[in-house]
Amino acid sequence: MATVTLTKLTKRYGTIGIVHGIDLDIADREFIALVGPSGCGKSTTLRMIAGLEEISAGSIEIGGRIVNDLPPRSRNISMVFQSYALYPHMTVRENLGFSLKIAGAAKEDMDRRVAEASAILGLDTLLDRRPSQLSGGQRQRVAMGRAIVRDPDVFLFDEPLSNLDAKLRTQMRTEIKKLHAKVQSTVIYVTHDQVEAMTLADRIVIMRDGHIEQVGTPDEVFRRPATRFVAGFIGSPPMNLHEATIDDGQMVFASGEKLPLPGQFKANVATGDKVVFGLRPDDIYPTGHGISSGGAADVHQIELPITVTEPLGNETLVFVEFNGTDWVSRMLNPRPLRPGERVAMSLDMSQAHLFATETGKTLRS
Amino acid sequence: MDENSSARLKRRLLGIIYRIGLFLAMLTICLPGLWIVLSSLRPTVEIMAKPPVWIPQEISFDAYVAMFSGIGKGGIPVIEYFRNSLIISVTSTVIAVAIGMAGGYAFARYRFRGKSSVFLGLMLTRTVPGIALSLPLFFLYVRLGIIDTHFGLILAYVALNVPFTIWLIDGFFRQVPKDLAEAAQIDGCTRWQAFWQVEFPLAGPGIASAAIFAFLTCWNEFALASQLTRSVSAKTLPVGLLDYTAEFTIDWRGMCALAVVMIIPALTLTYIVQKHLVGGLTSGAVKG
Repeated sequence: MATVTLTKLTKRYGTIGIVHGIDLDIADREFIALVGPSGCGKSTTLRMIAGLEEISAGSIEIGGRIVNDLPPRSRNISMVFQSYALYPHMTVRENLGFSLKIAGAAKEDMDRRVAEASAILGLDTLLDRRPSQLSGGQRQRVAMGRAIVRDPDVFLFDEPLSNLDAKLRTQMRTEIKKLHAKVQSTVIYVTHDQVEAMTLADRIVIMRDGHIEQVGTPDEVFRRPATRFVAGFIGSPPMNLHEATIDDGQMVFASGEKLPLPGQFKANVATGDKVVFGLRPDDIYPTGHGISSGGAADVHQIELPITVTEPLGNETLVFVEFNGTDWVSRMLNPRPLRPGERVAMSLDMSQAHLFATETGKTLRS
Repeated sequence: MDENSSARLKRRLLGIIYRIGLFLAMLTICLPGLWIVLSSLRPTVEIMAKPPVWIPQEISFDAYVAMFSGIGKGGIPVIEYFRNSLIISVTSTVIAVAIGMAGGYAFARYRFRGKSSVFLGLMLTRTVPGIALSLPLFFLYVRLGIIDTHFGLILAYVALNVPFTIWLIDGFFRQVPKDLAEAAQIDGCTRWQAFWQVEFPLAGPGIASAAIFAFLTCWNEFALASQLTRSVSAKTLPVGLLDYTAEFTIDWRGMCALAVVMIIPALTLTYIVQKHLVGGLTSGAVKG
């Protein structure tokens, strides 16, 4: 069990910077998700923590011990690879016990720990098979079993579910969560899937271009995104974002359409400021069909034409035209709507977000 | 006749044609080998007969008996030649594969300056015909005093084989996913252990096939060996074949018998190793 501390961690290939001096404190037994689009440096960061990639500057501490130049085997970590990386010439039993064999563990000890791990993951009946005889989900479980057997201080996961189909992914996600509850280790989990990050992690680290954009609980990054990028990245369907100019307590959009400035931002902007206005699909809905219908404090009414509807059964995603593009809105207790129809929409301005166009930072105080 | 049964008939017909074609191709490939075996068992008159005698009239093992009968009784020092061939081929194969493994691994796994030029350079050495080098090599070896020695020939064969083994083994290491060695390092291995525990067993069949290629090249090589060896102490079996040529005659039967003696170990070795050559061992390592 261990804390992990990254200080000014940097990775460069020649002159090209991949990770630009990131700082991060991870508490003991915490489940941290590194999330971001491909090329944001999240996998490189994980591989530096694992010791598979040399660091260019900064330091990594695991359990209070600086491990900058230690080889992977001396860091007491284990890692689950995206490709599973099972040893194809060994049976499941040998795969699970490999790290113990290398460490020179006694036969009884090895058997006991392999049995424990396989019991946790339900691998008992597969122990004598080879990886090629397993399904994707089973291979995934063996890869996790191999990580558990080592009883590491820190678990590293590198996009472990991205090779599985959607159904299996949801199932394995639950298993990973259960596993964390059982083994109580520190977990660092890399994914590009924000849903995985939201559902699994205690805290989420959102990365972009080698920088950390925001660190926070799933609730924080969803409700109080620090930057325009985070706002657009977290949440599905994504937040509606539109550039506007402030003019006397109103937001004026490129098309000339206007919306009142949300009350919570009035003190932080002045006429002439360029801003990005953001509203989640949950906070815009055909009047009477919203999550906060009736209870919302600052609701603005506007009539907009419908372009497309996507019925999902219990709800319908309604695309309405605003400022020359489509706005996604979530309609609960749906009623049939036709494209072209103009409907009264409610905009819950108390939930709105505002970012400075130039810096992309939130204007929330 | 409906569409299905005519399609079935067509498929069967194609199958038969395919088998006949295959049989003819195999016959063409195997016939010279068979001819050597037959020729070693029949008298010279029959070998030289025109038109050829396909079915031997009488079979005798005289050539084999004579071969081992010692000098003066039609024999040649076949045991010595065999020993020379074995020592030279095995040693140079072991060295070439060792260098090939190190080189192939480096090319497959590491990035370094001038990698592609070095690789290209290695491959270009293959474009020079060995025989063209025999005269310069001969002078060089005479000066160095390694003419007509095992060492000299081993050196030449290692140089001949290394580029090819590097190229082959590089390909096999590339097929072993990098993740596996990394996983092994996280599981507690040193780089060295990860190589021997994980990467080597997986590339094993490929390395074995590279070794067979190298061995057969040495075992069968004639051009260089005929220039660089002189005496019984260093001559290999292919060079030994020349012992059957006299000033005016060639003992075809004896030559064929020696050829059979040469082929048998090579064939046996290939047969033993071929079951290790099965591919697909890495399937299941990664997503697939």
